[in-house]
Amino acid sequence: MVARVQNLSCARGGIAVLSGVTFAVSPGQAIMLRGPNGVGKTTLLRCIAGLQPALAGRVDLPEAGVVYAAHADGVKAVLSVAENLAFWAAVQGARGIGAAIAAMDLGPLADRPAQNLSAGQRRRLGLARLLLGAPGALWLMDEPTVSLDAASVGLVERAVAAHLAAGGMALIATHLDLAVPGVAVLDLQAFRARAGTGVGAGTADAFAGPVE
Amino acid sequence: MKALFLRDLSLSFRAGGGFGLGLAFFLLVAVLVPLGVGADVAVLARIAPGVLWVGALLSCLLTLDRMFALDREDGTLDLLATSPLPMEGVVAVKAMAHWVATGLALTLVSPVLGVLLNLAPAGQGWLVLSLLLGTPALSVIGAFGAALTVGLKRGGLLLGLLVLPMYVPTLIFGAEVVRRGAAGLEVATPLAMLAGITAGAVALLPFAAAAAIRANLR
Repeated sequence: MVARVQNLSCARGGIAVLSGVTFAVSPGQAIMLRGPNGVGKTTLLRCIAGLQPALAGRVDLPEAGVVYAAHADGVKAVLSVAENLAFWAAVQGARGIGAAIAAMDLGPLADRPAQNLSAGQRRRLGLARLLLGAPGALWLMDEPTVSLDAASVGLVERAVAAHLAAGGMALIATHLDLAVPGVAVLDLQAFRARAGTGVGAGTADAFAGPVE
Repeated sequence: MKALFLRDLSLSFRAGGGFGLGLAFFLLVAVLVPLGVGADVAVLARIAPGVLWVGALLSCLLTLDRMFALDREDGTLDLLATSPLPMEGVVAVKAMAHWVATGLALTLVSPVLGVLLNLAPAGQGWLVLSLLLGTPALSVIGAFGAALTVGLKRGGLLLGLLVLPMYVPTLIFGAEVVRRGAAGLEVATPLAMLAGITAGAVALLPFAAAAAIRANLR
């Protein structure tokens, strides 16, 4: 099933930042959201995740649901890496945490309390939660590569590619290019809401098509 | 749901979780009151029901602000809101975990404190029963207050101001059960009122709290 966003307008702090956002993600496809700081990447992701109501427009989500990876990882410091993941596995209805631990290379850290992790390791733990979602889910990733080294970015790219290959979808807000096959780029600047009116000049041209 | 319940419980029992905090506070209140009031046994016996119930109220309040604020800080609340779990269920489960870690624990130690405050032996059983019936309401009403203040920095103080007035009916009927029980009077009416308040709070407030959290996450 396709995830579709139609004519969506969203606000941050009561001020419209985006309007007329329209795009669709089909299974096996990923879209990278681009735009300068403050353009509304996080706002759009929160809106699609259902955390804040849209001013206008509609969002149709796949039956498998969404998994949201925000800036904050939702990691409990006093629980171990494995305990953190086991909790989210139970919440999201996943079978086990073995695959997620392997994909994000957390095996050697599994029994460590999360408070002893470095920022990058913590981020990897946060992203491992994505792998606990349903296979066809839409991943909403908010700057997933922050504080990750090159090797870890590679792990994320492989995880996203595997998710897409299994029929999943992804929406990635990022400033860094992720080398994932079949990624399209959506520049949010084209959907900026005009000050005061709350109406933007969104055009279909904002779709730049596949990167590669 | 079960995982959330167990996680909240284990978080409250681990270092910095606040489980010991409420209990120690309850104990301190019960020890300090005789020191302040004086060792007049008759006076202590008369005020024991009220002191124990007020102590239970305050120690319950002590850990309320952690219920959602910690999850909000580290992003867990956002992720739970986007997870398949209904927010109403999340609130109910978290309130239940809070009750087990505070209300139930207070109930279990209350007979000891009853002795400390010279509560009449006939009232001991009623003290335990009234706390058992009344403290779930404290946790659920507290969950509602915590949900209302979850977006605020330093919301703890406001939470106290908000929640304590809502605790009044539970306090009145809870203490009344113990007082009448200790005096050997009939307790059915206040006991029924206490149970009714708890049942009403448990049935309605998770919905209100979930709505408040959704509004605060925006």
